[in-house]
Amino acid sequence: MEVSGKAAIFGSNVSTDAIFPSKYMTSLDPLELAKHAMEGVDSGFAQKAQESLIVIAGSNFGCGSSREQAPLALKYAGVKCVLAESFARIFYRNAINIGLPVLELPESSKKIEEGDMLTISLEEGKVMNQTKGLILDAPKLPEFILDIIRAGGLVEHLKQTGGTTR
Amino acid sequence: MNISEKILAASSGRDEVKPNDIVEARVEMAMVNEMTGPLAIQTFEKIGTEKVWDRQRIVLVQDHQVPADTVKSAELHKIMRAFAKEQAIPLLYDIGSGGVCHQVMVEKGHVRPGELVVGADSHSCMYGALGAFATGIGSTEMASVFATGKLWLRVPSSIRINIAGAFQKFVTPKDLILRIVGQVGADGAIYKSIEFTGPAINKIPVSGRLTMCNMTVEMGAKTGIIQPDRTTLDYIRDHASGPFKVVRSDEDATYEETMEFNIDNLEPQVACPHSVDNVKPAKDIQGVEIDQAFIGSCTNGRPEDLELAAEMLKGRRIKEGVRLLVTPASQEVYLEALKRGLLEVFVNAGAYVCNPTCGACFGGHMGLLAAGEVCISSSNRNFQGRMGSPESDVYLASPATVAASALAGEIVDPRHFMGA
Repeated sequence: MEVSGKAAIFGSNVSTDAIFPSKYMTSLDPLELAKHAMEGVDSGFAQKAQESLIVIAGSNFGCGSSREQAPLALKYAGVKCVLAESFARIFYRNAINIGLPVLELPESSKKIEEGDMLTISLEEGKVMNQTKGLILDAPKLPEFILDIIRAGGLVEHLKQTGGTTR
Repeated sequence: MNISEKILAASSGRDEVKPNDIVEARVEMAMVNEMTGPLAIQTFEKIGTEKVWDRQRIVLVQDHQVPADTVKSAELHKIMRAFAKEQAIPLLYDIGSGGVCHQVMVEKGHVRPGELVVGADSHSCMYGALGAFATGIGSTEMASVFATGKLWLRVPSSIRINIAGAFQKFVTPKDLILRIVGQVGADGAIYKSIEFTGPAINKIPVSGRLTMCNMTVEMGAKTGIIQPDRTTLDYIRDHASGPFKVVRSDEDATYEETMEFNIDNLEPQVACPHSVDNVKPAKDIQGVEIDQAFIGSCTNGRPEDLELAAEMLKGRRIKEGVRLLVTPASQEVYLEALKRGLLEVFVNAGAYVCNPTCGACFGGHMGLLAAGEVCISSSNRNFQGRMGSPESDVYLASPATVAASALAGEIVDPRHFMGA
């Protein structure tokens, strides 16, 4: 499974309040959520994301609230994958469960610049930076997590497996 | 094995687990609120399972936008009520019967030692104060738990934080956990379990233990946990029923790291904008003028917290131009505060006493901040924009420091203000 997009760089400790401000929490419509993706730190993000983005971040991406609206907003805004040095664990699980690929990439921010074209092979854990001609290695995801992502999320995965989570 | 490993081993039917093992674990109790529940309910319906795995083990709480502040919120509350009815789930805490979900979970006895409890809210890690393994999950995962009663978990490595000494007057467990978060960092314990041990812990009441475990997620931790002792069991006897098993760490349990703290000389601490690990002694930032002060939340909205704040506020008036909001964490806390005469103290001091809700803490409603405003809060997060405008500043502190600052109109060390 491969995903491609342009790099959009963020720092460390990006909270779910920044990814999806709480004042919009009363909506359940994914397309409505998408309009406010990253609004807490970049009000023009939703517009930019329409052309396929890969979010690059430092450590602890998605810290704070357990709101699944945060990865949903990113996914429906057009984000294809999030590469971060580390993730807050609830965000990490939520992203996988809704079918938004996430990959830990050590020193991600040092080898990728804003706007670089990236193609990511999730199975192989390889990030190809086409702009810079670099191939970066990320720790591979466990097979059962790849299964969930390939299915498009946990709901689809549960339907396929008949009710076991792994 | 340590307590976290033992609980995960038992709940996944194994004799032994070690860090990084991935287990499929059985859940004892599962909680959602109306911010995360409706999405879980919709997703549960998509899975196509007709009945939830166990209607007695699901807790539904309306707490974030209560009473409904907009029609959209009212619709979310309606989805929760309809689901409770359709699935015959008895544990629906609607307005008037519950309060902030985490406080409801412990005071209504839905958490017992040795259990695996999940909540679709990040501060679910608070229940570890009662010797349970408790952690926050998202809505889709909760839908899966509703359907199967199980979820996969990676067994976390554990950090032991050993605490010795005794608090000075007006220094609280909140100051201790802020001090710890400041040292460990906002990403210092990602995926890990934090186990609090040591002689000082045994002297901290359940209320303060809840405050400490509540904020372990602010270091990225999967849970914060404290082995049950006499204090825990007394609390459980008063609040919960049903069988449970006390689980304690083995003498030779392994920890990735052990940290030592002595609280004898601990001073009141404040987390400064916009990061919970930007922690300084209150005396070092004295003089920061405030517009609003907030006492409440799952972190510090219990009777002990309100009592401490009232001790400072009794017979005094808050500084003119400052707004003080007091939000008891639950109906039970509200009633207790009423009986103890605390609400009268707050009103006489010029405070605005609100109904139990998460409102102000998460910037939902009931006390948002305008651009340029400064708030000192007893809650748990000070991310940019957390309590309102992205151009507002939030400082986190204990109820004592918040109350003292409301009186002074600026951030102060409560000990100096009270001459303690």
